[in-house]
Amino acid sequence: MTSLPDRVSGKQLGLVIDLDTCVGCHACAVSCKQWNAGGVSAPLTDFEPYGAEPSGVWFNRVHSFEAGDGVDGRTVHFPKSCLHCAEPACVTVCPTGASYKRAEDGIVLVNEDLCIGCKLCSWACPYGAREFDDDAGVMKKCTLCIDRIYNEHLPEAERLPACVASCPSGARHFGDLGDPSSDVSKLVAERGGFDLMPELGYRPVNKYLPPRRGAHCGSVAGRAPADALVPTGDAASKLLSWLDRLLSR
Amino acid sequence: MHPALSVIVFTVLSGAGYGLLFLAAILAIGGVLPAAFWFDGCVAVLALAMISIGLSSSVLHLGRPERAWRAMSQWRSSWLSREGVTALVCYPAALMFATGWLWWADSMWWRLAAAITAVLAAATVACTAMIYASLKPVHQWRSAWVPAAYGVLALYSGCLWLDALRLGFDVPVPHLNLAAVALALAGAGIKIAYWRHIERTRSPATPESATGLGHIGKVRMLDPPHTQENYLLREMGFKIGRKHRRKLRRICIGLGFAAPALLVLIADFLAPTAAAAPALLAALLAMAGLLIERWLFFAEARHTVSLYYGAEAA
Amino acid sequence: MSESRQSTGVDLSPVVSDRVETTTCYMCACRCGIRVHLRDGKLRFIEGNPDHPVNRGVLCGKGAAGIMKQKSPAKLRKPLLRTGERGRGEFREIEWDEALALAATWLGEIRRTDPKRLAFYTGRDQAQAFTSWWAEAFGTVNYAAHGGFCSVSMAAAGMYTLGGGFWEFGEPDFEQTRYFMLFGVAEDHSSNPIKIGISRLKQRGAKFVSVNPVRTGYSAVADEWLGIRPGTDGLFIGALIRELLLADQVDFAYLVRYTNAPWLVIDAPGTAEHGLFARDAQGAPLCWDASTKAVADASGTGVTPALAGRYRLADGRDAVPAFQLLAERFLDDAYAPEAVAAETGIAAKTTRRIAAEIADVAFRQELVLDVPWTDWAGRRHDKMIGRPVSFHAMRGISAHSNGFHTCRALHVLQLLLGAIDSPGGFRYKPPYPKSCPPHAKPSRPAEANHSLAGPPLGYPLSPDDLLVDTDGRPLRIDKAFSWEAPLAAHGMLHTVIANAANADPYAIDTLFLFMANMGWNSAMNSRGTADMLAAKDASGAYRIPRIIYVDAFYSETVAFADLVLPDTTYLERYDCISLLDRPISSADGPADAIRHPVLAPDRDVRPFQDVLLDLGARLGLPGMVRGNGKPTYSGFADYMARYERKPGIGLLAGWRGERGEATGKGAPNPEQIAAYVANGAFWHEELPVTARFFKHANRDYLDYAVRMGFLDAADPIVLQLYVEPLQKFRLAAEGHGKVRPPPAHRERVRRFFDPLPLWYRPFEEAATESVDYPLHAITQRPMIMYHAWDSQNAWLRQIISENRLYVSRATAAGLGLADDDWVSIESRHGRIKGQVRLMEGVNADTVWTWNAIAKRAGAWNLAPDAPEATRAFLLNDIISDLLPAREGGYRYSNSDPVTGQAAWYDLRVRIAKCAADAVSARAEALAMPPGWPPRPAILRFGAEFRPREASK
Ligand SMILES: Nc1nc2c(c(=O)[nH]1)N[C@H]1C(S)=C(S)[C@@H](COP(=O)(O)OP(=O)(O)OC[C@H]3O[C@@H](n4cnc5c(=O)[nH]c(N)nc54)[C@H](O)[C@@H]3O)O[C@H]1N2
Ligand SMILES: Nc1nc2c(c(=O)[nH]1)N[C@H]1C(S)=C(S)[C@@H](COP(=O)(O)OP(=O)(O)OC[C@H]3O[C@@H](n4cnc5c(=O)[nH]c(N)nc54)[C@H](O)[C@@H]3O)O[C@H]1N2
Ligand code: SF4
Ligand code: SF4
Ligand code: SF4
Ligand code: SF4
Ligand code: SF4
Ligand SMILES: [Mo]
Repeated sequence: MTSLPDRVSGKQLGLVIDLDTCVGCHACAVSCKQWNAGGVSAPLTDFEPYGAEPSGVWFNRVHSFEAGDGVDGRTVHFPKSCLHCAEPACVTVCPTGASYKRAEDGIVLVNEDLCIGCKLCSWACPYGAREFDDDAGVMKKCTLCIDRIYNEHLPEAERLPACVASCPSGARHFGDLGDPSSDVSKLVAERGGFDLMPELGYRPVNKYLPPRRGAHCGSVAGRAPADALVPTGDAASKLLSWLDRLLSR
Repeated sequence: MHPALSVIVFTVLSGAGYGLLFLAAILAIGGVLPAAFWFDGCVAVLALAMISIGLSSSVLHLGRPERAWRAMSQWRSSWLSREGVTALVCYPAALMFATGWLWWADSMWWRLAAAITAVLAAATVACTAMIYASLKPVHQWRSAWVPAAYGVLALYSGCLWLDALRLGFDVPVPHLNLAAVALALAGAGIKIAYWRHIERTRSPATPESATGLGHIGKVRMLDPPHTQENYLLREMGFKIGRKHRRKLRRICIGLGFAAPALLVLIADFLAPTAAAAPALLAALLAMAGLLIERWLFFAEARHTVSLYYGAEAA
Repeated sequence: MSESRQSTGVDLSPVVSDRVETTTCYMCACRCGIRVHLRDGKLRFIEGNPDHPVNRGVLCGKGAAGIMKQKSPAKLRKPLLRTGERGRGEFREIEWDEALALAATWLGEIRRTDPKRLAFYTGRDQAQAFTSWWAEAFGTVNYAAHGGFCSVSMAAAGMYTLGGGFWEFGEPDFEQTRYFMLFGVAEDHSSNPIKIGISRLKQRGAKFVSVNPVRTGYSAVADEWLGIRPGTDGLFIGALIRELLLADQVDFAYLVRYTNAPWLVIDAPGTAEHGLFARDAQGAPLCWDASTKAVADASGTGVTPALAGRYRLADGRDAVPAFQLLAERFLDDAYAPEAVAAETGIAAKTTRRIAAEIADVAFRQELVLDVPWTDWAGRRHDKMIGRPVSFHAMRGISAHSNGFHTCRALHVLQLLLGAIDSPGGFRYKPPYPKSCPPHAKPSRPAEANHSLAGPPLGYPLSPDDLLVDTDGRPLRIDKAFSWEAPLAAHGMLHTVIANAANADPYAIDTLFLFMANMGWNSAMNSRGTADMLAAKDASGAYRIPRIIYVDAFYSETVAFADLVLPDTTYLERYDCISLLDRPISSADGPADAIRHPVLAPDRDVRPFQDVLLDLGARLGLPGMVRGNGKPTYSGFADYMARYERKPGIGLLAGWRGERGEATGKGAPNPEQIAAYVANGAFWHEELPVTARFFKHANRDYLDYAVRMGFLDAADPIVLQLYVEPLQKFRLAAEGHGKVRPPPAHRERVRRFFDPLPLWYRPFEEAATESVDYPLHAITQRPMIMYHAWDSQNAWLRQIISENRLYVSRATAAGLGLADDDWVSIESRHGRIKGQVRLMEGVNADTVWTWNAIAKRAGAWNLAPDAPEATRAFLLNDIISDLLPAREGGYRYSNSDPVTGQAAWYDLRVRIAKCAADAVSARAEALAMPPGWPPRPAILRFGAEFRPREASK
């Protein structure tokens, strides 16, 4: 089980996160917490919730970075959850088979009934996408909202991960990244979507879209306007020139 | 990486135990170790005790210890699972070897058991090492020096215990003192080389690659996702100061290698019964040194997740 | 799929809930539609309502944490009566009957003697239509919501200029704009709509420019970030205006048609009419008709009004078009990009380029909609011509002491571009625009046992409308509508406590506060304010004799109350989001909404609105009791449906009329609330496409607005480039008219009541030496926290439970500061300490932090050693509520001189490295009210919902 499925269907469900529009509002993180707290991995325990060191189980966390120096740089808000890697060492290191990758859609899950809480998978995940629940003694993680995306009790249009459904900035997309003709794959191709830490070879399914750059980007519908307006007169002559500007009401 | 006491104790004790078991088995097969009831018994008991204490410590470290048995199932892919399997099957082999040593030391079966014990002991240590060495996110572990160190240090600590016991029981084993000194030198050499290696190399992962934002410029954390520590930071965000690590490395070499080597050398000049005390002290000091070594092994390891939490390199 | 279900043992189709209720979120004032999923009567999941016009299905992080608000251990449980000294948190629980009887006795006594001795102030003003009506009935002028310290400069600038504006009166045309500039916005009330809008315009490839000293949040996703120095936006906007004027990049046709730009302004210095509009005998404003070369009625349609020149009026006086005065102001070299660059920190080259981009989009890329429409004069136009440049702004420009004029400048810029309610520009949200300038006036104090003549708040149009006595002294406790803050249209909650404690201008009896954490994060000089709440006079009596406070949680302010009336949560009560209040409409049509109880309270608490009606009935207030002495309304739900402000106009516009057949105006409908509940708790109506733009002058829209009761008459609303009422105050300061400012205030009124926008240095900066306090210190709202509300929220406080002081890396290097260092932060008012974080994206002269993270130890039922109490800091501790003393020792409020808006972001500080344990005096920990269960040490919320594993 812990060995990767040898027959992976072409389907690779995952998320595409648009760093160009993410405003860092944490809506995805909290919606994720909310859904999953009562979902298949329930509960997402919180420790010292009102105390000095509050912490808890979260499947999605929003980081903030600055890239580049001074005004030429950018602040980038950066949500991160499990990337449902194609080569997930978090799965292969698992001694119990609790950690597995689904053959049918590529989703990486933990079977909590098998998990012994050795935490090795969290060491094996370069991205910090595994969450140990100290109270339950088992590992938990983003399920890609498997109990939503296939949930027959939800209307078809709402069968989306909670984080995607809530994002106010349209910065999260869900779909089949194994299918090059899917909307998400096209988006990735169009916008130059990239992998996190490609050098480690985990081949994440989730992709990130880069922020657009530069003062002129998106500028005024693709046309660079002049660098400055050309005055049609000096301050004194202006007033006179307007004397002839006759417009009826 | 968080230096968890349970894992440190586990790897150091079980390493020494398997080292001792391995040496005993090999030397016994080679006929270098004579069959001597108390001595053999003590070697076996000490080895198995260290292994068992170590293993229980690691089991107790689990979130669900009662399910530990499940860890045997994934030997095809998981070094941890393999470690569990080899550790487990090593027990009956070791018991057969130990009892056989006392009573049937000449039989084929005993030789086979001893050989299997040696192989499994070595394999268990190798698996343990590979658990770490296979983790791509931890650059400091992903190195051939790691299995080398685990192997040599297991042998080294096992050898010191064997030496102490044989001197205590006055069992003659030629060159064992010198072998211990040689292993100390090798161990220290490997550690020093390892430290140089981790000083001089960096993980290929950087804040820039972790975020994919390097094309914009240098990437620095602005805000963490949560203002208080979370599991990931507690488990994998451990940081150790430069000065602190230097000091501990020196203590580790002094206490764990130089002092024991010196003591064993001294012991070499003493009568066996008088030599037992320094040899025992050498073993104990080495164990202390190795605890520090192992603590550093974790404390100095930086997981790539820390790149998301402000670390400039992993 | 059944295969995968089996292969994994995971239940892929668990039942989500057995009941779904649709209501309105109140984790913040954005008021999104939510669907609340319940299982076995327990909250399971809250999601955005896809049908709702505000959020269209999305939900922000606060909204998603609603469950944890409901689970908060800080929820008040029963009415409390103070037993210890104020501020310590020592109470005993009492029954509601006792609490209400007590409150009714106190208030009844006041009403019988001098109703203004009741100061009734509300914080979050979501029930303002109702609370204002209650204050009016009670008869106290001392009523307001929190707007005075929030964004009144923005709101008032909009109302006096456009009859609407940013704040909650309008929105950018996110769907069509091609250039969007955002000034000083971290989050705003319109939280989800702005996010939706920004992402959509970015996806379309429109350009987004953010002007903000800090590059986070919205500014982080801007295509261009202009890290302006705080308080200087007026200069930057002025420079843009100058560039546009010099290059003739102005929509002259728009100005002539829709604004008062051509109106003639009398130029007769020294006279009582200098600077006022020249009017005919009927009072109609005049213009110079260039075609007939004569003075003409400016509101006529046949005229060709001149925008420049000097003209002789029939009475022999000279007059010039308002536009000419405006142009003269901004053509001045003082607004040249080079001249302002040093102040603003924005290079002249950049300013020039931005002006060129704006002009390019507005005039070379005009947006033409093939939508015919009819203007106010009945003329058909077969197209709508748009200027797809849009602007939005909030407290970054309004929370400075020059905020009113800066907000005005931005509106003027939009007018010059013709980008007000034209396609692609700024758009009004019905019921806006309102008449401009607005005509509701603040009411004067009432006699004992009498109600006010009208609502307590309004918009003065001349000194005659001020609430001052014959000596020019304020008649309101907060000094709103006095010479200190003549256009304080939202009152001045930030001055109430100090004024009441100092009996200035008079003593009050009871301070009745609702939902405003005035003992902490919503006060300037927060420590001093807390002290004043507990201050005693020489006889040992409290200087504010009685304090009644209504909160739902154990906030810092609760500790100062004599009587605490615990409120319900937003999931437990009826609320009304009314068009009479702060509407949730979109530019495409009006909308309103309700909240209705989804859960029954699990403690002895009552909805405040019910309590207020109950109190009103006990006091026998007009409108709240029937002839037989019985309450008029059985509760707030009943009031929502039956109350009529004017015949046919009530709180809710949907499903009016006896059978729910009418919208806007119509008889009360007993089934109205049920209709709302059935429709997802909201009502929304789309305007016909012909009425969606140029609403101020669009016949279809104006007629619609009259039909709906938004406007009294379908006259066009002329946009006010030049604000004549301001000039009337200035004239008074120059000695004209009956009501004149006392000498001490004269110069101030004369200077700041300028009918044209102007820029002046913010008071704090002008008053302190920049060598002493070299840095600006500002706050931003975190997107994930609503003021004080969310530290009790187990999920949200995990995201932020301590705040840092963000310092530019360059500035930090100069000060020898490294990341994580502790620094002392010192203003002329006080000193606190905080931990720094270095960043690139902040103006080098500015430091900033997140607002309202710090909490008093023990408050909100947090552990006393919570980071909120030990490591977090509150900038409010060092923001003075008063300006430095002037000649004569008088100290003005630290506010905008026109509107009285609190000048939070004027703060200047110096910072220096200090020890982590450097003590900063902190208030002692609050005691907990009696009988509260211990706060949980672990939360396993959701365990009860875990689906049982599907059979393997
Ligand atoms: N430094 C600094 N200070 C500022 C600002 C700033 O930008 N910087 N901003 C200012 C502005 S604009 C504002 S509006 C104020 C906001 O400040 P306030 O209006 O005071 O808002 P809060 O303190 O969040 O909330 C007031 C109280 O409402 C209570 N409450 C929450 N929900 C309910 C409910 O359902 N019923 C009842 N009865 N009570 C409830 C909370 O418990 C809290 O005690 O802060 C101001 N203070
Ligand atoms: N999540 C969340 N949403 C909220 C609230 C909340 O507490 N939390 N509060 C609500 C309330 S009561 C209000 S009033 C609104 C306020 O909404 P905003 O006005 O968006 O809120 P502020 O945090 O005051 O943001 C002020 C912004 O102006 C910038 N700024 C400061 N000085 C200047 C300046 O001189 N020039 C320019 N250009 N920018 C400047 C600051 O960096 C900051 O980004 O938000 C509402 N929405
Ligand atoms: S992100 Fe981490 S947990 Fe998720 S699949 Fe990849 S390695 Fe595994
Ligand atoms: S913690 Fe659980 S899931 Fe992770 S490796 Fe260990 S057994 Fe597998
Ligand atoms: S897909 Fe579901 S579980 Fe994963 S981050 Fe999004 S909400 Fe959380
Ligand atoms: S909800 Fe969307 S905008 Fe908000 S942090 Fe998540 S991805 Fe970014
Ligand atoms: S923006 Fe405000 S009203 Fe809307 S979901 Fe968030 S908290 Fe609720
Ligand atoms: Mo506000």
